Amino acid sequence: MWDLVLGDRRINSLRLVARMWNGTRGIHRLGGAVVPEGNQKKERTMLQFLTNHFYDVEALRGYLLQREMSKVHMKNRFRDKEWIRPDKYGHFSPEFWNFQEVPVEAVDASDCEINYEGLDNLLLLKELQSLLLQRCPHVDDWCLSRLYPLADSLQELSLAGCPRVSERGLACLHHLQNLRRLDISDLPAVSNPGLTQILVEEMLPNCKVVGVDWAEGLKLGPEEQPQDTASPVLA
Amino acid sequence: MIRRVLPHGLGRGLLIRRPGTRRGGFSLDWDGKVSEIKKKIKSILPGTSCDLLPDTSHLPPEHSDVVIVGGGVLGLSVAYWLKKLESRRGGIRVLVVERDHTYSQASTGLSVGGICQQFSLPENIQLSLFSASFLRNINEYLAVTNAPPLDLQFNPSGYLLLASEKDAAAMESNVKVQKQEGAKVCLMSPDQLRNKFPWINTEGVALASYGMENEGWFDPWCLLQGLRQKVESMGVFFCQGEVTRFVSSSQRMLTTDDEMVILKRIHEVHVKMDHSLEYQPVECAIVINAAGAWSAQIAALAGIGKGPPGTLQGTKLPVEPRKRDVYVWHCPQGPGLETPLVADTSGAYFRREGLGSNYLGGRSPTEEEEPDPTNLEVDHDFFQEKVWPHLALRVPAFETLKVQTAWAGYYDYNTFDQNGVVGPHPLVVNMYFATGFSGHGLQQAPGVGRAVAEMILQGSFQTIDLSSFLFNRFYLGEKTQENTTM
Repeated sequence: MWDLVLGDRRINSLRLVARMWNGTRGIHRLGGAVVPEGNQKKERTMLQFLTNHFYDVEALRGYLLQREMSKVHMKNRFRDKEWIRPDKYGHFSPEFWNFQEVPVEAVDASDCEINYEGLDNLLLLKELQSLLLQRCPHVDDWCLSRLYPLADSLQELSLAGCPRVSERGLACLHHLQNLRRLDISDLPAVSNPGLTQILVEEMLPNCKVVGVDWAEGLKLGPEEQPQDTASPVLA
Repeated sequence: MIRRVLPHGLGRGLLIRRPGTRRGGFSLDWDGKVSEIKKKIKSILPGTSCDLLPDTSHLPPEHSDVVIVGGGVLGLSVAYWLKKLESRRGGIRVLVVERDHTYSQASTGLSVGGICQQFSLPENIQLSLFSASFLRNINEYLAVTNAPPLDLQFNPSGYLLLASEKDAAAMESNVKVQKQEGAKVCLMSPDQLRNKFPWINTEGVALASYGMENEGWFDPWCLLQGLRQKVESMGVFFCQGEVTRFVSSSQRMLTTDDEMVILKRIHEVHVKMDHSLEYQPVECAIVINAAGAWSAQIAALAGIGKGPPGTLQGTKLPVEPRKRDVYVWHCPQGPGLETPLVADTSGAYFRREGLGSNYLGGRSPTEEEEPDPTNLEVDHDFFQEKVWPHLALRVPAFETLKVQTAWAGYYDYNTFDQNGVVGPHPLVVNMYFATGFSGHGLQQAPGVGRAVAEMILQGSFQTIDLSSFLFNRFYLGEKTQENTTM
């Protein structure tokens, strides 16, 4: 009884996988629409019988099934927008080169040593929607002034933790009018994070600017502070 | 082109240099030892002090291959590139003579500090592009061991030039040239302007050009200090003093058309110390005139311009000081963080300064309004009458503003065509110019310094060809004029 249930489940799973194949032969051809009914039944019961009686046959079928499934997965690897990561040696799979016409939508270059000249490569991606440059040690104000070609598509930008980015570089982000989310938290080179946050929010009205609590470090209101230091100077 | 042959004084210098005239790098405390010896002699020998070893540490060395007159950003840039491009380490001895070590009137420190590529001459665009890459990699160029990295405070916000109807065609062709040379500039119509910068009033504006990359403003003091530190570490000598005399020799030669020409060669530079009559004759091979607003005086000392007018001998160096005022004001509702340096159709310009709604700017006066350049007093009435109305017209938010402070500085203004003079003089064979930039010297300094160093060391311009900036054009009457409204 228990054996049969297992067998049924196995047949069901095989049938699911079989739908994606197109007419492979040999031991893989199980339940395909090509074979006439009578033979199908005979073959199925024969193999079923063998599998139920011999562990080796069972193991072999299982192994071959896994191989077929992994082939199909490899073919559909990039279909549901998963991240393409480098392997343990830092290399990308050579199959990546087959996908040159597929638009890149998101790049995560966090902790990467990308510099001013390296941005040449990123600026070619005309459909880039999300760029994460967190904690990049060489990204500075000059690099930010290069990002304007991505203005049409870029919706998310993260500069959290970049040690060389200051409020002067943030000023040239106003070209990125499609930006919806900007992360400027934890920027040590920015002199006044609260005031910078306010100015950046004014500069990019459609964008959600994340990272700094604008009330931090304020004693008086932001409007009153400059007037205290103003003094009339006339000849 | 007569090839500049390098110096004769290299070998002799080591033998007859007096102790105390060489500064820097002596770890045996020679000066301390000398003063101890003097004290001992004084105590032993009674009577008048025996001045066997007079203290000459404030004087420049007696021999120097190159003497650079003027220690501003251009002079230091030439010194830097001379030491960088010399083929043997320690091959060239360079002396920089600066009259005022506080730089209180020097154009470099008083500059607004802008850099932009929106010129019409390809040479100017290339110089500015090279300067941008120099500033971007400044910590690789000017690295000194154990010194902290330089922070130029560069604002990459770009320049926005506005043109009226009559200047629009010129602006379009200029932008074409700029794009060809590699500058990232784009043209904007009044509608696009209003879209991008809602605080602008586009009345009277037909076209605008906006620099997207490599343009903005930075701290000129930081560049000056960085250059000074690096150049001292490379072994350049500094002297605080004034150049009062050139001793030169002349040679009569015949040109191919059998015309008599008198060629001069400067042999000695007399450097006078501050507040005293003491001077030191410095024997030199090459003199570089980087004296900025006072270059004409130095040129006159060398005999440039002493001759019948209309001849090459009679052609003076047409560089004179022109005073320009810069005003700083506060305007709480003013343009936001994205504001570039805006240059209006009327010649008024302004930019943001810092995070706190402060702006600075000014306007170049017309020829009739030129202020008196004898002092650096600020004319506040000029702001009220000639600058503020234009600013308020262009940016309505500037109708309410409060002036905080102001200062004035000199342009080394080239009255001939408002562009720099670079390269040797045709008659005074070993004087090289690096001056006359009329307000864009700071942004072109790295490129010009390299060009002059190449001319001296290799005989011709190697990277950027500045032949159209040579002195000859003043005699030949060929103006290398900028076609922009800046």
